[in-house]
Amino acid sequence: MIKAILIFNNHGKPRLSKFYQHINEDTQQQIIRETFHLVSKRDENVCNFLEGGLLIGGSDNRLIYRHYATLYFVFCVDSSESELGILDLIQVFVETLDKCFENVCELDLIFHVDKVHNILAEMVMGGMVLETNMNEIVTQIDAQNKLEKSEAGLAGAPARAVSAVKNMNLPEIPRNINIGDISIKVPNLPSFK
Amino acid sequence: MPNHSASIQLCVQKLRILIEDSDQNLKYLGLLAMSKILKTHPKSVQSHKDLILQCLDDKDESIRLRALDLLYGMVSKKNLMEIVKKLMTHVDKAEGTTYRDELLTKIIDICSQSNYQYITNFEWYISILVELTRLEGTRHGHLIAAQMLDVAIRVKAIRSFAVSQMSALLDSAHLVASSTQRNGICEVLYAAAWICGEFSEHLQEPHHTLEAMLRPKVTTLPGHIQAVYVQNVVKLYASILQQKEQATDAEAAQAVTQLMVDRLPQFVQSADLEVQERASCILQLVKHVQKLQAKDVPVAEEVSALFAGELNPVAPKAQKKVPVPEGLDLDAWINEPLSDSESEDEKPRAIFHDEEQRQARHRPPEVDEEELARRREARKQEQANNPFYIKSSPSPQKRYQDVPGVEHIPVVQIDLSVPLKVPGLPMSDQYVKLEEERRHRQKLEKDKRRKKRKDKERKGRRHRSSLATESDEDIAPAQRVDIVTEEMPENALPSDEDDKDPNDPYRALDIDLDKPLADSEKLPVQKHRNAETSKSPEKEDVPAVEKKSKKPKRKEKKHKDKEREKEKKKDKEKKGEDLDFWLSTTPPPATAPIPVPSTDELGLDAVPAPREECEGPRGAGPEEEDAEEPDQERKPSKHKKKKHKREKEERPKDRKKSRQRPPGPEEAAGEPVQNGALEEEPLPPVSSYVLLAENSHVRMTYDVQGSLQRDSQVTVSIILENLSGSFLKSMELNVLDSLNTKMARPEGASVHDGVPVPFQLPPGVSNEAQFMFTVQSIVMAQKLKGTLSFIAKDDEGATHEKLDFRLHFSCTSYLVTTPCYSDAFAKLLESGDLSISSIKVDGISMSFQNLLAKICFHHHFSVVERVDSCASMYSRSIQGHHVCLLVKKGESSVSVDGKCSDSTLLGNVLEEMKATLAQC
Repeated sequence: MIKAILIFNNHGKPRLSKFYQHINEDTQQQIIRETFHLVSKRDENVCNFLEGGLLIGGSDNRLIYRHYATLYFVFCVDSSESELGILDLIQVFVETLDKCFENVCELDLIFHVDKVHNILAEMVMGGMVLETNMNEIVTQIDAQNKLEKSEAGLAGAPARAVSAVKNMNLPEIPRNINIGDISIKVPNLPSFK
Repeated sequence: MPNHSASIQLCVQKLRILIEDSDQNLKYLGLLAMSKILKTHPKSVQSHKDLILQCLDDKDESIRLRALDLLYGMVSKKNLMEIVKKLMTHVDKAEGTTYRDELLTKIIDICSQSNYQYITNFEWYISILVELTRLEGTRHGHLIAAQMLDVAIRVKAIRSFAVSQMSALLDSAHLVASSTQRNGICEVLYAAAWICGEFSEHLQEPHHTLEAMLRPKVTTLPGHIQAVYVQNVVKLYASILQQKEQATDAEAAQAVTQLMVDRLPQFVQSADLEVQERASCILQLVKHVQKLQAKDVPVAEEVSALFAGELNPVAPKAQKKVPVPEGLDLDAWINEPLSDSESEDEKPRAIFHDEEQRQARHRPPEVDEEELARRREARKQEQANNPFYIKSSPSPQKRYQDVPGVEHIPVVQIDLSVPLKVPGLPMSDQYVKLEEERRHRQKLEKDKRRKKRKDKERKGRRHRSSLATESDEDIAPAQRVDIVTEEMPENALPSDEDDKDPNDPYRALDIDLDKPLADSEKLPVQKHRNAETSKSPEKEDVPAVEKKSKKPKRKEKKHKDKEREKEKKKDKEKKGEDLDFWLSTTPPPATAPIPVPSTDELGLDAVPAPREECEGPRGAGPEEEDAEEPDQERKPSKHKKKKHKREKEERPKDRKKSRQRPPGPEEAAGEPVQNGALEEEPLPPVSSYVLLAENSHVRMTYDVQGSLQRDSQVTVSIILENLSGSFLKSMELNVLDSLNTKMARPEGASVHDGVPVPFQLPPGVSNEAQFMFTVQSIVMAQKLKGTLSFIAKDDEGATHEKLDFRLHFSCTSYLVTTPCYSDAFAKLLESGDLSISSIKVDGISMSFQNLLAKICFHHHFSVVERVDSCASMYSRSIQGHHVCLLVKKGESSVSVDGKCSDSTLLGNVLEEMKATLAQC
């Protein structure tokens, strides 16, 4: 079972944390700190498995982590999980993130926190791995996004109307329309690209 | 279970390939799998010992730990010394305490497994333990201590060596005792003191050791150790006394007594109750002895009678095994129960204890001899390695001694090829050498013997003899040690319960001596009552004027003042503002001032040219000044007069906050940015002021700013520049209000009246006027038509002029730069009630740094965090909408994702931003 998924950056700032068993907030923070200390002092060319992380459940647990650019992805699992399987899962997760947010960056995890959790929920549920096929995950996420957009359509209508007016091809409209003596001045709107 | 040895063999071979792989992950997994096989098929894993030892040198800690786990099953009599030696070198090299502790426990585990099965030379083991005491910062002092005690007690032959080592350890206690933390290495002193006291007859220089144990430094040790010290000092004393009296050296005996009387009081003063009690008791005893000695009464016999007899370890289950005496039936009633209650008693008894079970436990006392013999036979195998049942010294369990089949258990017979006394602290390495030599000798002898035999049966089983050379059993222990059994009650009932896990090394350590003395061992720390920590800053910071007042009412103010002081300090660091300015202020602002960056902190290159001129007129009441713009003091004095005048004019009209400039990018990025240093890159001077209208007389540029303090109000700052040679006066600004946006006019004025500009403009001079507008909805951009009317006066006369303009209120102008910390930012986004929108602009060549600066400046955002070419930004509208942005720069494009509490506002802001970015 996966006990927890932690993502933090090179400075130990947590970017995402998901615990699959109940742990109170303070302990969670402590776990993140401890995990960061364990992981951050390891070289690049050592193995991706780490014993320790005493806080979550004791000696049975293992930390399986990967380091990408500025982020550490750490999965805390018990002995029933396959080490290589989890490593692969991390890879899938990161690739999926990259597909969903082009040019993915650690700030995406903060800004699109809802989407990241959605992706994670497609992959891992209740500590169990659900899906490892990236295409399948991306399809689900796309469907979700579509749904969100269609719901946002009503609320976003006025804004779209305004921008549509602004983006009208203004130069084609005559500057001054003379109807009798009424002169209506068409505002000299700045031309948008 | 069928024998899968072939497949296991194959499996182990494949695992070897994994372990040999250069990929660290595979190596780790190989070792992990190996350790699983080790549990069931230790033999097949043992053949890959070389590989596992190699892994011990790996740079990766995870792999080393895995290899350590495997080592447990790798050791044999033959290689134990070698492996432990290797581990000891690792202990020296290891940097992290956790890994070092792990090594330490592993060394002890490996050595003590199966009742010290693999240890052939206990002197070597004692020296290893002593070497381990030199580890700093370990948390396993108690483990080492327990091992020392166990070995010294159970291996009789080693006692004299152990005692010499322990006395050396006591002598150098200052090295060990430096860290007095719980379970620290100082715990070994506990064992050392006990061993030296208990086996004091083996001591070379008991007097020397006694002095070492009575040093004043000892009182710094934890209580439970001191207690043991005190107790064992007396044991030592008793043996010295006996020695001296036998030598009829009364003077020396009295000298020792005097030493005791002199030194014991330091323990009597101990804060630890146990130490105190023991010390005062013993002090009285020694004083009594002193009296007797003065009368020349021999006392040694009586004193040593206190400690007569030998303490043997008691098996943890000994109590349970006391046989029930003949004729005692615990279930029988002592008095017949009252007949009334009997029927009621029946029920609960049936619930709580099963009668059948009870009977099963209660063994029938008479078992026939055959049955006994059969049981004995069955047990013999398990007992082979268990010293609890092998008794070589006189003991109540004699009957087991003559049981056949225990010959291979080591029996007292000290091989003197190894010197028992090694001067100074031992070096375990020497034993390795000695051991090698010894083994070599043994082997030669054996080979000789074998040769003879071989000659006899050459044709026969050749292979067998070659195999035999490799086997462990060939190595005879250097020291044949008798392993003393733990003491058992007379006629103890042997049971199998003890043998559940013979591999558990800690079972042997269940000695009660070890028990910590609960809380009493903690030395109470002397503590003053907590002084008020908060005193100084408050008292010192509050100026003398404040101190005088004693009214409770002032308290609140004091607090506020303090706050302001703090703020002041912050500011002071930056600008060294004079104190008077702050202290002279009238009532402090009611609301804690929002940390708005003051102009002084702005990046100076971002300050536009016209600003210099408009600085003066940007008037504000003193309140606002003290809260936010203390640097206004610095204004050129020529402006000052003017300013004051204007202030008077403006104050009744609008007590607005002084307008905040959008912070320069450096400032905005300053604190919240945590990642990625911002590269310094000079920014082109920019201005947020845009042209409003222009004619031959006057040019108007304007900027719209909102402030968080007043929701739904914005300030329009208009710079009027006189372009003509005439004097401009009676300027009046009038705007056609819309439903949504209205200009704030002086009280009593109608909506058609203009608002007078509070200054006149001589030729070539420019000045700034500010006008307030009330906005209802800020989600859309607005446009207002307006007119500036003025009188241009020159030598030829005055003319009345008019200038029409259109005020454009962009959505951006409703945003106010608000710093935001990344945690708060993350929380905000997590809350999930923000609508999302995004734009993308192509063809951008500007650097990301400048791009951010531009967004910050023109759109009033602040950078929350920046990572490489990605940044999160935040701003807030005057009506409290949160606007979050994620700006990402690609090759030549920039994408901006926005989240905002109002989707329309977000859409408009992003549109405006798109326009700005398009110009980049």
